[in-house]
Amino acid sequence: MLGIAILTILFLLVIGLSLFFKALPIMREKNLWTLLTSANWKPFKGDFGFLPFILSTLYVSLIAIIIALPFSILTSIYLNTYASKTVRRFFEPVVDLLSGIPPVIYGVWGTLTIVPLIANKIAPRFIEFSSGYTVLAGGVVLAVMITPLLISIMVEVFRSIPVEMTDASLSLGATKWQTVKRVILRKSFPGIIAATVLALSRAFGETMAVLMVCGNITQIPHSVFDACYPLPALIANNYGEMLSMPSYESALMLSAFLLFIIVVLFNGLSRFTLIQIEKRYQFS
Amino acid sequence: MLIKQYEEKIFKVIMICAAMIILGLLLYIIGTVFYKGLPALTLDMVTKLPGGGFYLGKEGGVLNAIVGSLYIISGSLVISLFISVPLVMYINFYLPPKSIFASIIRFSLDILFGVPSIVYGAFGFALMVYLGMRASLIGGIITVAMLIMPLMMRSLDEVTRLLSRDLPYALLSLGATKYEMIKVILRQLMPGLITAVLLAVGRGIGDAATVLFTAGYTDNIPASLNQPAATLPLSIFFQLGSPVEEVQNRAYASAIILTVIILILSFSARYFSSKFSKNKI
Repeated sequence: MLGIAILTILFLLVIGLSLFFKALPIMREKNLWTLLTSANWKPFKGDFGFLPFILSTLYVSLIAIIIALPFSILTSIYLNTYASKTVRRFFEPVVDLLSGIPPVIYGVWGTLTIVPLIANKIAPRFIEFSSGYTVLAGGVVLAVMITPLLISIMVEVFRSIPVEMTDASLSLGATKWQTVKRVILRKSFPGIIAATVLALSRAFGETMAVLMVCGNITQIPHSVFDACYPLPALIANNYGEMLSMPSYESALMLSAFLLFIIVVLFNGLSRFTLIQIEKRYQFS
Repeated sequence: MLIKQYEEKIFKVIMICAAMIILGLLLYIIGTVFYKGLPALTLDMVTKLPGGGFYLGKEGGVLNAIVGSLYIISGSLVISLFISVPLVMYINFYLPPKSIFASIIRFSLDILFGVPSIVYGAFGFALMVYLGMRASLIGGIITVAMLIMPLMMRSLDEVTRLLSRDLPYALLSLGATKYEMIKVILRQLMPGLITAVLLAVGRGIGDAATVLFTAGYTDNIPASLNQPAATLPLSIFFQLGSPVEEVQNRAYASAIILTVIILILSFSARYFSSKFSKNKI
């Protein structure tokens, strides 16, 4: 049992190291900084510039966070301070179900509803033509996918605020909303940031749903109505064919390694913050 | 009325709207899938393998993917149960209550839970190449096991921590060995264990990125561990990529099958976890 326990801790290291060693050949061949900042992606000529993929991932995830954050904060405040016990009981399975729906189903839903909506209704108001398979579509689908994660963490964070504190505010004549604004939101600010970072790292790594709606064209997207090509989609789409070219395989492994490092860092930081918050709650 | 009371009312309405939108989205997603998929959902879909011209719109079903998904998830479930249960028992009952080692393990499990499935897929594939394996049922089983284990361990750990501290002490004071104590505790934890299993199955069965390179795809039911296996999410993905309309419609029908499986898993998980809180001493 001790063995399993140690293995669990080492497992992170094993994944990281094996991806790193797989990615090493390409980093020996090219300067890492050039790889990350070049927009020139021609794998069959030996040019591997990751910039379009990195920017795509960032744009899609940022749009997702911007859309999801207000909804999640408002809903979790509602569930925490306003809703009756029945409403709260009713919403728990709703959030669970939303987080349990597989990425592929989100992708199917996105191609059926969001993509045509953007192509026919939203995009024509701003530009001449858009296929609908865009940065925006990816962002909207991702936003729906990370909302349950945000809500479930934020409800926990809000719950960790001592009742005495909100009671004190209410007894001084503040309305519930004033209490939320001046006490709850201020007090739980670190928790909200941690939840956001966690959701962001989830968004970075999401593969199937985004791949199905974002167009997969290698380019630096200039508007939200351009197609984009995030890192996970790059790995998923090209894995089968790259085996014949060692440098291509190594390049894809480098993108998996980048994804892994960023997600582990983000996750580590936010989980650490959340654990601190939980601790404060337990001893107060 | 004071301004603050208006403000209160306005924000309450906004908050209710936000909550309603989230509820609406859930219904919209499930509704869209059912609306598009129901016309193509026939008994053949779930009882037949893909026929000769299946990907051109001819007859057949996705039995290969359903069975493949079931094989992969049951295999990975067995592996992860054999690793998760001892680990959770170890960090809760063998280590001292406020052990730093236990918190380090919990912390790494949290991070492992956040690692994207595509990274597990890439890692699993690299591992298989290293071992000289090709895309196969066993490759899929191992990779999915890696994906679902952190979730299973963490949710089992959560319910174990809710268990009263008196129970282990009572058992030990009656002269039980630690192993006997664990047997009793596991019985007490059974509903929580089932919830953890159902959650893990839900995550594993719906994930496509892990099995994309490791399990491969086939039109047949795998007969041995070394053959490739089809999975439901990939089957949906590939059918949706077809230009033929009948095939696309079948993708929606397959999406219904997957959604129904997830709904059943999610509701039973909820049922068992409510049972656990009733059992609690």
